[in-house]
Amino acid sequence: MKYEATIGLETHVMQKTNTKMFCSCKYEYGAEPNTHVCPTCLGYPGALPVMNEKAIELICKAGLLLGCEINPYSKWDRKNYFYPDMAKNYQITQADEPLCLGGEVTVEVEGEMKTFTLERIHQEENAAKNTHVAGASLVDYNRAGTALMEIVSDPCMSSASDALAYMTHVKQVMQYGGISNCDQEKGQMRSDVNVSVKPVGQKELGAKVEIKNMNSFAFIQDAIEYEIDRQISVLESGGTVVQETRGYNPDRGETFTQRTKENAHDYRYFPEPDLMPVKVSKEQVEQWRSELPEMPAQRRVRYVEQLGLPEYDAGVLTASMDVSDWFEETMKHTKNAKAVSNFIMGEMLRLLSEQGLSIADSKVTPQKLAEIIALIDAKAISTGGGKQIFETIFNEGGDPAAIMEAKGLAQVSDDSALEGWADEAIANNPKPVEEYKAGNPASINFLMGQVMKASRGKANPGAVMQMLKQKLDA
Amino acid sequence: MADLNKCTISELSEKLASGDCTSVDIVNDVLASIDANDGNVGAYLTIDREDALAQAKAADEKRVAGSSLPMLGIPVAIKDLLNVKGQPCTCSSKILEGYVAPYDATVISKLREAGAILLGRVNMDEFAMGSSTENAALGKTSNPWNLDHVPGGSSGGSAACVAADEAIASLGSDTGGSIRQPAAFCGCVGVKPTYGRVSRYGLTAFASSLDQIGPITKTVKDSAILLETLCGHDAMDSSSIEIEVPAFGKELSTDTSLAGMKLGLPKEFFVEGMDPEVEKSVRDAVEHCKSLGAEIVDVSLPNAKYAIAVYYIIATAEASANLARFDGIRYGMRVDGKDPADLYAKTRSAGFGQEVKRRIILGTYVLSSGYYDAYYKKAQKVRTLIRNDFTEAFKKCDAILAPVTPTPAYKKGEKTADPLKMYLDDILTTPTNLAGNCALSLPCGFASNGMPIGLQIIGDDFQEETILKVGHAYEQSTEWHKRHPSL
Ligand SMILES: [Zn+2]
Repeated sequence: MKYEATIGLETHVMQKTNTKMFCSCKYEYGAEPNTHVCPTCLGYPGALPVMNEKAIELICKAGLLLGCEINPYSKWDRKNYFYPDMAKNYQITQADEPLCLGGEVTVEVEGEMKTFTLERIHQEENAAKNTHVAGASLVDYNRAGTALMEIVSDPCMSSASDALAYMTHVKQVMQYGGISNCDQEKGQMRSDVNVSVKPVGQKELGAKVEIKNMNSFAFIQDAIEYEIDRQISVLESGGTVVQETRGYNPDRGETFTQRTKENAHDYRYFPEPDLMPVKVSKEQVEQWRSELPEMPAQRRVRYVEQLGLPEYDAGVLTASMDVSDWFEETMKHTKNAKAVSNFIMGEMLRLLSEQGLSIADSKVTPQKLAEIIALIDAKAISTGGGKQIFETIFNEGGDPAAIMEAKGLAQVSDDSALEGWADEAIANNPKPVEEYKAGNPASINFLMGQVMKASRGKANPGAVMQMLKQKLDA
Repeated sequence: MADLNKCTISELSEKLASGDCTSVDIVNDVLASIDANDGNVGAYLTIDREDALAQAKAADEKRVAGSSLPMLGIPVAIKDLLNVKGQPCTCSSKILEGYVAPYDATVISKLREAGAILLGRVNMDEFAMGSSTENAALGKTSNPWNLDHVPGGSSGGSAACVAADEAIASLGSDTGGSIRQPAAFCGCVGVKPTYGRVSRYGLTAFASSLDQIGPITKTVKDSAILLETLCGHDAMDSSSIEIEVPAFGKELSTDTSLAGMKLGLPKEFFVEGMDPEVEKSVRDAVEHCKSLGAEIVDVSLPNAKYAIAVYYIIATAEASANLARFDGIRYGMRVDGKDPADLYAKTRSAGFGQEVKRRIILGTYVLSSGYYDAYYKKAQKVRTLIRNDFTEAFKKCDAILAPVTPTPAYKKGEKTADPLKMYLDDILTTPTNLAGNCALSLPCGFASNGMPIGLQIIGDDFQEETILKVGHAYEQSTEWHKRHPSL
């Protein structure tokens, strides 16, 4: 029998707000534990929540970017459970009236365009961070109460690639929309994945297994693949898949049982009496819609149509917003879009990935790259020389013109020097000369290489070519 | 001794203004009265004498410097569920022993700004769950009019200390009658303001959609003065409402006429089993209001009879979540366990009293999957019906007159064995909490056994002015408020 998988994602995204969701504490990643806390986020007696307006703006903008309807009337609920990461032992969330309803995204999966639909996006508050040390558990409440939204997809995906394409798109939209940095290392984007498997053609879904709290896309992909295989082998061996919550162990590449249906929590949701319902007017929604920033798809079109870049370049440059923003910043200092694109796609991305850095860490600034490109365009250096300067600055810092001087990278366009090297190349290589004269123009490239070699790369290639042609065609 | 502790806020304000006494004199008299009587009354849980005297000294210095703040130099006792920075706030529960509040409740900041002296912390039913202060884990409070009787609850300490002249005034909180009922039992005046009138920030929550902080005082005028200090919108409490605060104290004149005033009498509030002496006192009070010029009209609150059932679903549901934070992790009592769940269970088993546990279990049950619709959701619907009843009634009258409780203060231990019997005592006060409007309790007589009887004046949303006016007119034309218990 053949089987098919059904996958849905619940993606938690930490919004970029200055203060927490229901109090005025700041959030700062890596701060001294329990320094950004107050009676409200510590759940002290008598403290009350006050809604963060900025978070509401950000979740609604996220909703607009993902094609959701903005609920004109939404409300808050308490989700009750006891755990040391939740100071009040209930989480303020939205159960039956979330802020954003529906929505859909269309993404390319392995060459095919697919549309995935959303159920909702709701606002909630983040939990504290627990650390387990020998003989004790430590709780850091700095993260407790920070603004967290949950993007819930429909069970509309059928493979790990679908899920990956969907998450990549959501992440891009969140970053471009200024909603969240989605820094997965810092836990700013985490997903729970629901996976079920059924025989192909069967209408009702199989038992749903939820894999909780994963932040790396690679792990999510592996966990989905593992889980689909596991469920199929359970069914094939005549067993039944148990509805349960599982965790993923990345070291073993396996999922494992955390909680079965019998032990599932009864969260006893009820309306939060400390907060008033949220009313969002149509005018407000339109105002927010008009403020939405440009999305990657729009940027790609602009790069192709206005800057004349190939589709491929536009795709690579916009894949990450950091890179795209860096590109745009460089374009403020130069008009040569293709040269900027080449440097980013070539040297920059290679060096960043080799050294595990992000573009914000690069010692080559947009201004410095523009200077390097200006030197190349003025023929003061060769493209190769430019690359050397780029790498030097990337590793050690410095100024392009000074490095050009120090490394002797200035190009030679002086006719007498070029002439000497050209004559030498022609004299030493009769065979290519003959071939060229016999009507094979490509043979000139060999001679060209000889001149460049003799000049140690300093010769201006355009001038060399002209010189060789002059001599050979004469 | 000038017995300054027996004076009212308005009397003391005059004495302070004219230089007849100082705030230090007042605090000394109050402390002396506590020394003499609190061994019997048991109103106070903690009192920091040095701090109270230091505040009094500072108030006197401010007055010399020209300040004339409304509550300047007046000592106020605080119910033990309001957070005062640096002080304990136990809610009379073992689970909060050792907790020191790191911040001031908004009403406490307002009292400080108005120049009041924070005198000490008074006893209550644990987490405000009770009607007799017998559910207190950390103290025993008696009714100053007869020490064998309960002071009422949950603000039993707040009412007892004022009745015993161990404070000039106090703050209480009212979730289902917790200000009005002890005020009635102890012969004091108490106000439950309209929901949203007074900020709840810093009030340890029992039932968030019902709780309101209010004054307990010796006269209606004092309640007006203190209430004005407490009111006002607070950005820290999302349920606090932005509405102008009238000068309640100044509005009350010497004119005791109620001409032009329509007062409603709800037949449903003279319930079966009501003590005949209570009924007579209240009916006499109604006649008295008529003699002052008020027109008495019949009104009906047909759904009020469901108030107890609705109240004990909504209040316990909210409480089950509100009290979840007392888990032994961050503050208060901790009994260690082998894992977090074990620690929670042990801490909460040891820390909470019987009644608190009963209500947490009840609240947890009504919110449970499969029961939510039948209990919680239905209760919310009936709550709306009760509110609609009041809206209809206030189309016919300016305020409603009613008893506060079916009986005067009963003897200790009389109802502790039967919680349901004790719950039924709240039948005349809970409708107002569920509807959200305001109400006042003031003395309107004494039973033959010497225990005070209270009259309830219920007002529409934000009509505190009206009920204070009616109460003041009644009080100023009667003598009940002039009696003091003999201790
Ligand atoms: Zn905080």
